Amino acid sequence: MNHTSAQVKALPRLSRKEGLAKSLMKNGALYFMILPGLLYFLIFKYLPMFGLVIAFQDYKPYQGIFGSDWVGFAHFERLFSEPMFLNILTNTLVLFVLNLVIFFPVPIVLALMLNEVRQQVFKRIIQTMVYIPHFMSWVIIVSISFVMLSMDRGLINELLVAAGFEKVNFLMNPDWFRPMYILQIIWREAGWGTIIYLAAMASIDPQLYEASRIDGAGRFRQIWHITLPSIRSVIIVLLLLKIGDVLEVGFEHIFLLLNAMNREVGEVFDTYVYLAGLQQGQFSYSAAVGFFKSFVGLALVIGANWLSKKFGEEGIY
Amino acid sequence: MVQDKSWGSRLFDGVNIFLLAIVGIVTVLPFIHVLAGSFTTVGELARKQLVLFPTEFTLDAYRYIFTTNTVMKSMGVSIFVTVAGTVFSMLLTVLMAYGLSKRDLRGRSAIMFLIVFTMLFNGGLIPSFLVVKSLGLIDSYGALIIPSAMSAFNLIIMRNFFQNLPEGLEESAKIDGAGSWGILFRIVIPLSMPATATISLFYAVSYWNTYFQAVMYINDAGKWPVQVILRQIVILASALTADTSGWGEDVLPPAQSVKMAVIVVATLPILIVYPFLQKHFAKGALLGSIKG
Repeated sequence: MNHTSAQVKALPRLSRKEGLAKSLMKNGALYFMILPGLLYFLIFKYLPMFGLVIAFQDYKPYQGIFGSDWVGFAHFERLFSEPMFLNILTNTLVLFVLNLVIFFPVPIVLALMLNEVRQQVFKRIIQTMVYIPHFMSWVIIVSISFVMLSMDRGLINELLVAAGFEKVNFLMNPDWFRPMYILQIIWREAGWGTIIYLAAMASIDPQLYEASRIDGAGRFRQIWHITLPSIRSVIIVLLLLKIGDVLEVGFEHIFLLLNAMNREVGEVFDTYVYLAGLQQGQFSYSAAVGFFKSFVGLALVIGANWLSKKFGEEGIY
Repeated sequence: MVQDKSWGSRLFDGVNIFLLAIVGIVTVLPFIHVLAGSFTTVGELARKQLVLFPTEFTLDAYRYIFTTNTVMKSMGVSIFVTVAGTVFSMLLTVLMAYGLSKRDLRGRSAIMFLIVFTMLFNGGLIPSFLVVKSLGLIDSYGALIIPSAMSAFNLIIMRNFFQNLPEGLEESAKIDGAGSWGILFRIVIPLSMPATATISLFYAVSYWNTYFQAVMYINDAGKWPVQVILRQIVILASALTADTSGWGEDVLPPAQSVKMAVIVVATLPILIVYPFLQKHFAKGALLGSIKG
């Protein structure tokens, strides 16, 4: 075995000049391992990106991508002139603002509360409880909500009647779409969202708290002057990450909540793509809508990352 | 550490614990209500509003589910897709992550860029649908597995884990004449069991929870996974929309306890693996935030 080791050691490191061919020879097994995964990304991620060219065509399934006529920006022009466009944009922005203003602070407050608990067992029990919904599919989250909100013997409506109120048709009434949407997000993700803040809080030097106590600071002052400033950079990065995701308001979730009655407040870009593309068969037009959304999304993420670096915080990627 | 024992601080602790207890209870209460409701007679459900423990215990709802073919069949589909999908995903992910964990591999950074870019930009619904369709996967179980086989996020976590293993171990195996395959399967994977288990669970949960892939790619109702059946039975029936395809016109919307039982059946597998998930997930969630 000794001479083998000498040979291995004697092999010079590949210099850049020696080229891909030699590297392929030497690391054949490693490239072979990468290959299936690489093919996956090329076929299921990059091929669809290439497929976006149909947004500039009048795509007909029987003519294929290479046989269909080119129409330039016609589909984009149609999108911007559709009365639906303003409606979808408004809906998306409203849901985004709800996410930002109502949901975003919840995990921070919850993490601050958990961080103040001294009884570790109690803390762990609560954490176990609040993490559970994150692992449930949106179908389960929405199903449980619907069972409880149903007009037909739903728990909430039964309680309303028992308290002397009228029944409310939560599921069909457009006014209830947004509250229902944001409450379900809070239920599913608030607990899970605390993890990253709790990790940041765990690294705060306990001496800071001790010193502030000697100076007579109460618990709220400690939170305000020590805990919150310590997690400031995490909050900013997550906030920017969220802003980069303006258009990602949760397709799988909204798709389940939509019905004929609440479309006017619930239709967003992704659900519109599904409706126009897969249900009405306007492949090219809906691909253009999807392209517009993905492109704006990419620009926003890059912008958010640039901002985050400008604020002196770590970038997102 | 000196404990703050002032009156104000104790009051703070008391209120804090009280509020957290309420948050915890409110979070799990809907699950308990549904679980209890699924074991309760229709009569009791109608009389009492908030059922948290069934006094008129019955298995009727479950008996109904187990005798109707639809739910059981969809459970079978979901179990198959979850098991086969997780194995397939792990195979692809572990192999690719290991290859990409070698710092001096040429082309590595280019491939990493390709992967990270997919997290920022994608072709979207329609082009993806056209790719899956042109591969002939429509109405096959493959459509539920192959198009979502890899997650860039999981791949990067796995690669970071491999990258942080001590290099000396592999060196000594190389000296003993082991090739890349031998090193991966005999040394690297056994050493990476915690990461492998975590990522497997992440994949398994996402396969179990898949529904939109099936809505998009599977037209044959006999091949629907349980999440889609759950959507049919609970969401579409509750909202009573026009879109009740799949429900025959002569079939009445199912009773509340049956809906609850279907929810329980679809939720149970997740609750069973939850303790294992919980052991690892916090680590996984944080690993993901480390830059690759």
